[in-house]
Amino acid sequence: MTAGAALLLLLVASLVPLGAGHLARAHQAAYGLCLGSALVLALVALVHLAAGDAARLAVLPFGLPWMAAHFRLDQLSAFFLLVINLPAAMAALYGIGYGLHAPEYRRVTPFFPLFLLGMNVVVLADDAFVFLVGWEFMSLASWLLVLSNHRDQETRRAAHLYLIMASFGGFCLLPAFGLMAGEGGDFRFEAMRAGEFGPVAGFLVVLLALLGAGSKAGLVPLHAWLPQAHPAAPSHVSALMSGVMTKVALYGLVRILFDLHGAVDWRWGAALMLIGAASAVIGVLYALMQTDLKRLLAYSTVENIGVIAISLGLALAFKDQGRQALAALALVAAFYHMLNHAAFKTLLFLGAGAVQAATHERELNRLGGLIKRMPVTAPAFLLGAMAISALPPLNGFVSEWLIFQSLFRGPELPHWTMKFGVPVVGALLALAAALAAACFVRAFGIAFLGRARSAAAAQAAEVVAPMRAALVLLAVLCVVLGVIPVTVTGALATIAEPLAGAALEPAVGLGWPWLSPADGERGSYAATVLVLAGLVLAGLLLWATRRLSPLPVRVAPSWDCGQPDPSPATQYTADSFAQPLRRVFGTRIFGARETVEMPPPGDPRPARFSLRMRDPIWQGLYLPLAAGVDWLAERINRMQFLSIRRYLMLMFLTLVVLLVVVGVRQ
Amino acid sequence: MTATLTYDLAHLIGATVLMMGFALLYQRRVSSVIRIYALQALALAAAAAWQAYIQDAPHLYLTAAIALVFKAIIVPLALSWLVRRLGMHRTIETALGIGPTLVIGVGLVALSILLVLPVTEGAAALARESLALAMSVLLLGLLMMITRRNAVTQVIGFMALENGLLLAAVSAQGMPLVVEISVAFAVLVAMILFGIFFFRIRERFDSLDVETLDPYRGDRP
Repeated sequence: MTAGAALLLLLVASLVPLGAGHLARAHQAAYGLCLGSALVLALVALVHLAAGDAARLAVLPFGLPWMAAHFRLDQLSAFFLLVINLPAAMAALYGIGYGLHAPEYRRVTPFFPLFLLGMNVVVLADDAFVFLVGWEFMSLASWLLVLSNHRDQETRRAAHLYLIMASFGGFCLLPAFGLMAGEGGDFRFEAMRAGEFGPVAGFLVVLLALLGAGSKAGLVPLHAWLPQAHPAAPSHVSALMSGVMTKVALYGLVRILFDLHGAVDWRWGAALMLIGAASAVIGVLYALMQTDLKRLLAYSTVENIGVIAISLGLALAFKDQGRQALAALALVAAFYHMLNHAAFKTLLFLGAGAVQAATHERELNRLGGLIKRMPVTAPAFLLGAMAISALPPLNGFVSEWLIFQSLFRGPELPHWTMKFGVPVVGALLALAAALAAACFVRAFGIAFLGRARSAAAAQAAEVVAPMRAALVLLAVLCVVLGVIPVTVTGALATIAEPLAGAALEPAVGLGWPWLSPADGERGSYAATVLVLAGLVLAGLLLWATRRLSPLPVRVAPSWDCGQPDPSPATQYTADSFAQPLRRVFGTRIFGARETVEMPPPGDPRPARFSLRMRDPIWQGLYLPLAAGVDWLAERINRMQFLSIRRYLMLMFLTLVVLLVVVGVRQ
Repeated sequence: MTATLTYDLAHLIGATVLMMGFALLYQRRVSSVIRIYALQALALAAAAAWQAYIQDAPHLYLTAAIALVFKAIIVPLALSWLVRRLGMHRTIETALGIGPTLVIGVGLVALSILLVLPVTEGAAALARESLALAMSVLLLGLLMMITRRNAVTQVIGFMALENGLLLAAVSAQGMPLVVEISVAFAVLVAMILFGIFFFRIRERFDSLDVETLDPYRGDRP
């Protein structure tokens, strides 16, 4: 009831700015309404989770003529409702301040509430029709949001690619649900849950769900649209697309694989793990090579989705092999990482938006020194970067630690493929985690530390209060999720229980505050203790240095080294910082080629350094595919220029073939 | 009158319509095609009248009359007039030789019998036979449209196809009269349109071979 009212409020919010034109108040009011309804929805979800209520159903009389619209709020939906609406509320709050800075803001405000509405409907849907309507609503609204800055050629290209991929995803999900509905055509999830699939239908359902939801979530190799479309949108929309929409896609995957299908073969788990490992490593390597801050963040999303996919795949494998308790562990780890990623990726994108609002720059090589000009944004961004790099005591560490805990149990699977495969995936995940840390050291270091590399960065000013508030709240959320891991894990365990078939005990052996999902000896982590001890030690150290040092605190210019250099170009650049990793990984994967042109001695021309890279997946998969489609279209195009008699002949042959088919089938 | 005779006569008339459909395929002159078409329409009118008698459905007499007047008399006369008026070639240019066309025709008849008989298992024997015959006539008409180049023969192929439809309609009990009448009028309108069309083609290209139209299409890039 409350949730329905909040959804209606979102619809109203999308209408408010329509007639408003340039009236700033109306646009801010729309964001305010979004903030309100997102908070209400988050509260509904929290209450539902906290009370541990049974699923609540609602049947509304609209939708297809022979079928009402079914909605359902169960634990899983409530969790995703929370994952959607906490960041959404923050993005709306941010939008109150940022919305008017965004280029073409009048094209953004009406679609922002619709985007939220679509995502919420997807997780609340209880039949395939409502699910797909919500899904398409989400896709189309976000497409329009991406397209808001439509005067830019690059944006139009990105939006076009996004539309193609979104349609592809929808086309895959449609037959997946059709197969699950079976010949009776009952599209309620309840019927699908009860239904049994044959081996072929079951196989196809999983494949189509992976393609459909995977393309939306950005799993390699279907990720190509993501790093183009996410940065093209205004920052608070990018934050939601990257932090939240990918989670909605994963919700679709979890709902189908763990709930509706229910009996997925362990080989699919292995496949999902491999795809996830590839996404994680390739995503973070791409992120390391980017010099555009928002594009870097988008590629990092690909990495994190890969990490979650590894965990989901492992849960599938455990579940099919009868290790329900371990499946619960892997599933909880995946949920934890989804929640975390929603928090810190939203924070980072909003931070990037603040940087963009302050400097009108996204290019790392023209930023620098912002930590002094933006005293709130910089620490918030730093916290987000630390969280995404999985540093304790922040939230990213907990979920990756849990994922590793479940990966360590992989060899308990009976199949030799998994016994050997799981450690390999674990190694790849470790590589990705290390590279992610390097990536965010680079992102934060180049953008915020050092000296300003451009006039715009040198004159940056801190952003307005609502934007700062959103950043601070999200940073606090990252810390909170990190320091109470046992509580969060316990809550997530109740969500995972019906899906995995077993409950997870978050603190075996040691008890609160020790998070020890296996048992106390295999591994335990007490963030709360760690934080308290760290705070005490840091306080002592600070006090001691201040107290015992004979010298007063001095403030000196950065990167001075005792020899003032007027040019900021002598600092590390984004490219030079990435050079070692580019040489190790990029030469093979990206075909990175560095060339230095040195003029001969006596020639006053400057030396030139140039770097060339190619995108292996774009050039190896997408371009050939596009060429193939063109080739086929060229062939089919000939059919447009036949004579009347040939057209008649085609019709006649089709008729005869159909008649023969009917005749043979009898 | 015994049931066997009823059946045999209906079968005979239906088979005559089908025979005329075959005869259309091996004619080499336009005038004889038109004449055969008139014969087919006549047989069709007879079939409709016979069905009216055995089904005791008076409205089918009207159908028979329409078939007789329009299809067996007016349309053939109009077509002959057109052919004379246009002074066109009296021979038919085929896109596929007559032998192969007939072989395909036999195949189509076999196909429709194989298809219709199992589908209509429960229906009366008469309706089943008639439906199979009607479908054969329809497919033969379509075959004629694609294996003959001349516009006049294509039109006759279309009319023969429509005869097949009508044969199916009269043998299915309970088909409303309004459907038959509207089909009949649709054919007449089509005939008039085709006639105008012939004149236009003829004026421009001095030929009724539809292939000559192709180079003038606007949608070619």
